[in-house]
Amino acid sequence: MIPFLALIRRDLKLFFNDRRAVVVGLVVPILLASFFGYLFGGQGGNAETSKVAVLVIDQDDSAISRGLVAQLAGDSNLDVKPSTLDAAHDLVRKGKATAAIVIPKDFGRDAGRALFTGETKPEIGVLYDPSHHVELGMVKGILSGAVMQAVSKEMFSGRTGRDVVNESLARVQSDPQMSEPNRKALRDLLGGVQELNQEQARSGAAAQSPTAGGLNIPFQTKEEAITSGQNVEYNGYAHSFGGMGIQFILFMGLDVGITLLMLRQTGLWQRLRAAPLSRTMLLGSRAVSASLMAGFILTVLFSFARVVFGVRIQGSLAGFVGVCAAFSLMTAAFGLMVAALGETVEATRGYSIMATLVMVMLGGAWVPTFIFPKWLQRLTIVIPTRWAMDGLDGMTWRGLGFSAAVAPIAILLGFTLLFGGIAVMRFRWRTE
Amino acid sequence: MLEVNNLTKRYGKLVAVSGVSFRADRGETIGLLGPNGAGKTTTVSIISGLLNPDSGEVLIEGKQVRSDTDPVKLRIGLVPQDMALYDQLSARDNLTFFAALYSLAGPKAKQSIADALHLVGLADRAGDKVKTFSGGMKRRLNLAAALLHDPQILLLDEPTVGVDPQSRNAIFDNLETLKKRGKTLVYTTHYMEEAERLCDRIIIIDHGKIVANDTLQELHKLLPVTNVIAVELDRGDGFQAEKLLSLPEVKSAELSRNTLRVGVHDLSRGAPGVLRWLAENGHTFRHVASEQPNLEMVFLSLTGRSLRDS
Repeated sequence: MIPFLALIRRDLKLFFNDRRAVVVGLVVPILLASFFGYLFGGQGGNAETSKVAVLVIDQDDSAISRGLVAQLAGDSNLDVKPSTLDAAHDLVRKGKATAAIVIPKDFGRDAGRALFTGETKPEIGVLYDPSHHVELGMVKGILSGAVMQAVSKEMFSGRTGRDVVNESLARVQSDPQMSEPNRKALRDLLGGVQELNQEQARSGAAAQSPTAGGLNIPFQTKEEAITSGQNVEYNGYAHSFGGMGIQFILFMGLDVGITLLMLRQTGLWQRLRAAPLSRTMLLGSRAVSASLMAGFILTVLFSFARVVFGVRIQGSLAGFVGVCAAFSLMTAAFGLMVAALGETVEATRGYSIMATLVMVMLGGAWVPTFIFPKWLQRLTIVIPTRWAMDGLDGMTWRGLGFSAAVAPIAILLGFTLLFGGIAVMRFRWRTE
Repeated sequence: MLEVNNLTKRYGKLVAVSGVSFRADRGETIGLLGPNGAGKTTTVSIISGLLNPDSGEVLIEGKQVRSDTDPVKLRIGLVPQDMALYDQLSARDNLTFFAALYSLAGPKAKQSIADALHLVGLADRAGDKVKTFSGGMKRRLNLAAALLHDPQILLLDEPTVGVDPQSRNAIFDNLETLKKRGKTLVYTTHYMEEAERLCDRIIIIDHGKIVANDTLQELHKLLPVTNVIAVELDRGDGFQAEKLLSLPEVKSAELSRNTLRVGVHDLSRGAPGVLRWLAENGHTFRHVASEQPNLEMVFLSLTGRSLRDS
């Protein structure tokens, strides 16, 4: 036991002796995790960063078009700014704005007519940045609602509405092709609207009328983020700190492997091999020390995230510790496998960095895996980091119980056995 | 104490060690002398259990090393050719770690560490980090690390490589102390002076084979000459030393840079003839001295090659 503990103590001593490396190894993931956490919503969502930049070119300048612009500006999802057509083209092309809405001349008049008679509909131009096609759908949806509200408001209570209704009534009366029942029905409808307009104009009660705001969308949504519990907001930092922790621990594991590979070429390895130590002890002690270092890194990162960003382990603490421990062991085994399979330090460093980055990326440590194509999402089940991320997300902001940690822990331990087995089988013990 | 029987080790077509056999008794210092690549380190690696031989065996007090954890390994201390220390740790922390590898802890370990540091003269630097040490101090600490578990056999693989003469002498003093304590030392080197100074018996090894194994006195008897005339020529380039072999007293002639070494049996008769021949053939010189035969000459005589030039 004395040699085993001495080997672990030595690794930890060497790790902590390099204070600059320790500080950098903790500060860099904290900075990156803080940045990514902020980008992905921070604490309880980050409205400032998620507003879509939209330009509006009002070529009509009518009551309806002004109302439309006001409706759009009032939407909390949009950052609306007035513009000209040329400037909008330029800004969208340069990516400074996501979309530009062009309200054409006579839009107010034509839209009102189209509302009652189905005459030719005016066209609203939408210029958009093709790299933001997801936001385009949202902008179009908001635009539809705003147009309905602005046009109907003016039709039922504004001066333009009165003019258009009068004009439409005259057309209905004089249209020779319209059937008599249709004519009667439209006349009654428009007549009712005309009476309502006149009454509101007389009494000056437009503002109190139920139709004063125009036609309303007949429903509203009640949004509820399903997190670990009621009144517990999603904390984007929980995911980003887990992701960055996983990334830097994997690099630490890689470093363990490379160091072991370099050690084999030194007199220190000869001295270790000349001592009466078993192979299990030599590799096992390194696996344990690497796991302890990984555990230390995760502890510091999540402690920082808890104190500064309010990240909480909303789920099972035992599950969280289990996932961290299983991932730490997997990382240590990964490092040993790197050392076992590596031929030269330089070549090994190259391909293992590549493998690590692929694991980090496909595991969802940088960005969530749901944005991947379906086939790629299916592929990630063979990536150990994916299970570590699922486990950490589950135990932190999702607030799941221990049962949700069982699969990630079991699979990570399975990877540990696989990597560790390969390391033991392929490790070249003799210094040739 | 240590018995090496018929060791052979191949790397593909290259035969690193071929049929090497020797024994070392308690308190004896054996020198493995040979040029780089002769097979010295491979032999030491096999003895210390770092390498498996293709054939042959190593017996330590009559027992073979059967496994990684075999207690027989406690009888051996290895001083690797490469520095085997952690630069970031202090001398004491290094030795504490290496002691623990042999299950030494507590007061026993402290005593061993103090003794080893005292022996190599680094007791006053125990708390300093190794990265602050000179090359010679590191070499001495490298030696101390192999002594902690009090091994009976010490394998020293070129332990003075890259150190200044003062540190080399300090290491020699340490080894002589250990020898006096009855330790068996197996010392590999390509410096003949070290082998001459330290070793009771010298094994000359070349191309993986032992070409001689005897005491220094007996090895000298292998030489065809008993005296050497060393002449420092003004110009050595183009000089053909073998022409001197035509002189009746001359038994060997070798030129290394500008120094001509001529072997003769009788100095009083040979020296005048050699100097006269040089003068008559237009070779001026600036210094003449007589030398005792050395291992360099023995190696040259046995292998046809110079130890330094190999």
